[in-house]
Amino acid sequence: MAGVPAAGAPAASEPGAAAVLSLRGLAVEFATKDKPFRAVDGVTLDVLRGRTLALVGESGSGKSVTIQSVMRLLKPPARIAAGKILFRGRDGERRDLARLDQRHMRRIRGNEIGLIFQEPMTSLNPLLKVGVQIAQAVRLHRRASAREAAAEAVRLLRQVEIGDAAARAAQYPHQLSGGMRQRVMIAMALACRPVLLLADEPTTALDVTVQAQILHLLSSLQEQLGMGVLFVTHNLGVVAEIADQVAVMYGGQIVESAPVGRLFDRPLHPYTRALLASRPDADSHGTRRRLAAMPGEAVDPRCPPPGCRFEPRCALARSDCRSPPALETAASGHGVRCVRWSQP
Amino acid sequence: MEPALSAALLQVSGLSVQFEARRAWMRRAPPPLRAVQDVSFHIAPREIVGLVGESGSGKSTLARAILRLIDATSGSVRFEGVELLGLEGRALQAMRRGMQVIFQDPYASLNPRMTAGQNIAEGLLLQGQRGPQRLTAVAEVLHQVGLPRGAANRYPHEFSGGQRQRIGIARALAVQPRLVIADEPVSALDMSVQAQILNLLLDQQEERGLALLFIGHDLSVIRQVCDRVLVLYLGRIVESGTIDAVFGRPRHPYTRALIDAAPVVHPAQRRKRSLAGDPPSATAAPTGCAFRSRCASAMAACGNHPPPLRQITPTHAVACFRDDA
Repeated sequence: MAGVPAAGAPAASEPGAAAVLSLRGLAVEFATKDKPFRAVDGVTLDVLRGRTLALVGESGSGKSVTIQSVMRLLKPPARIAAGKILFRGRDGERRDLARLDQRHMRRIRGNEIGLIFQEPMTSLNPLLKVGVQIAQAVRLHRRASAREAAAEAVRLLRQVEIGDAAARAAQYPHQLSGGMRQRVMIAMALACRPVLLLADEPTTALDVTVQAQILHLLSSLQEQLGMGVLFVTHNLGVVAEIADQVAVMYGGQIVESAPVGRLFDRPLHPYTRALLASRPDADSHGTRRRLAAMPGEAVDPRCPPPGCRFEPRCALARSDCRSPPALETAASGHGVRCVRWSQP
Repeated sequence: MEPALSAALLQVSGLSVQFEARRAWMRRAPPPLRAVQDVSFHIAPREIVGLVGESGSGKSTLARAILRLIDATSGSVRFEGVELLGLEGRALQAMRRGMQVIFQDPYASLNPRMTAGQNIAEGLLLQGQRGPQRLTAVAEVLHQVGLPRGAANRYPHEFSGGQRQRIGIARALAVQPRLVIADEPVSALDMSVQAQILNLLLDQQEERGLALLFIGHDLSVIRQVCDRVLVLYLGRIVESGTIDAVFGRPRHPYTRALIDAAPVVHPAQRRKRSLAGDPPSATAAPTGCAFRSRCASAMAACGNHPPPLRQITPTHAVACFRDDA
């Protein structure tokens, strides 16, 4: 694997000191009646301290499964089949979460690693006031009296820019708007000052004005707390807003990774290019126009093609695309899984 | 209010929809929820009009009131010159054929126990088409929406999200409507599928000379596919006009905030945003202009009564007291 860049890091197979999370060849297998298939197949990436890596892909690309395996939330029939999940905790030790037992994992989950996702309502208890729930999260991992935890809950609500925090703490989840609930979930995720935040489509269900507020909140919190963020999204606009580094997933593999500016300026993989080209053009001027849609349907991870997974839909495909391409280094920090990237 | 246009395919005038809130025992009745308030607009044949707004803005309620799926409280909806409000039975059914709807989640609107073909054929059956003629029509429309012939005999759960939306579109098109109301038709779809479905809608619109009311919250999509746009905030149209006018020179502070909040196209365009707060609920909207609680240029007069939608150019109307805003 020498010379193959990890997404989000300079070319190196050994994680650097600034990496909070380093995946090395992560594979997640799903057992089925016939034969098992890999929803995530050889993912290598680095999330750096104080930086955001956006993992972008469509449904079935494996991006959410990647997040669930970092949290060790996979349930049968899914299991980690190969690879390392190297996490560098507060104590500076690097541990492989893929091999950690659940007892040790519980100390890390929700404490050193925070998680936020799309629908806050499913993670909040409808019967408890939000202040009480945040206080519980605080006391789960930290020694604090009930009164200290309650005060900390209000402070956290203020930190996520909720106005009149003390009054909000006394409300139930259903009394809050969607954007407010997402802020409460962020407050809970931050209760223990995690060094790594995993965000799984946290703004997908929100209105655009609220989405802009939440994205802004997340980047200012990241600046304050210096945590690394792994941000899963399907929205390239959100990527353009928030990412430092981007990894594009297709059919369980990273097909391209680069610093965000470079990915938008010089995309090399035909899938990345097609994805960028198919966006409704925000610069058009009222001319009703067809979009540059890519043909076909996303690859079914249960029966991927033998070679490049994008080959059946790719306009540039030729015979040597039928054997699996490696992730090659196109430039420093820019990796691409395509045999044709250097050819016009 | 817009003047009634004889050329309009759909003419909506002063349409309001109120939901009565239930009264608790021994309590005063809460105020009704005004979901749609005094909305007027028209759609010409072959025109694509976008309706944009955030959740709770009343955009889906407006669509349902036009389709007579819920009852309007007051106002008028004329389709091809015929008043739809108050129409019953066969006459309503006949008018409905001219006006079809596509939903965000086709899975919820397709009958899971019927094959794709049966789902599509249902509308034709109501039209009195039977036998081989109907089968031919189903096969033809399936082909037009890009589905294989064999798709007719498969059930909705056997299809991907994008294919299901194609079935939803086929069902709407099968009865040869003149107007299609598309309620967030691509919001639940993946990026690459979204582009495919938008192209399909645009192609069919052009080929069939359809008019479209395209409801959405993604401004980049609205801008790409529509001729004109209506911006809805808490049940009222706050700005309307051609895409060029509204996107090129947005006049309402809310429209500006919406455009400002949309994610950037390129990371080099990142910037600070201004709009704070969530939209208030429709039961607790402020008096006067509903946007004034979030508006940076609100003044005392904004609290008196809602600003009327006034035409500022032949192609652009805005409901705001601040001319300078």
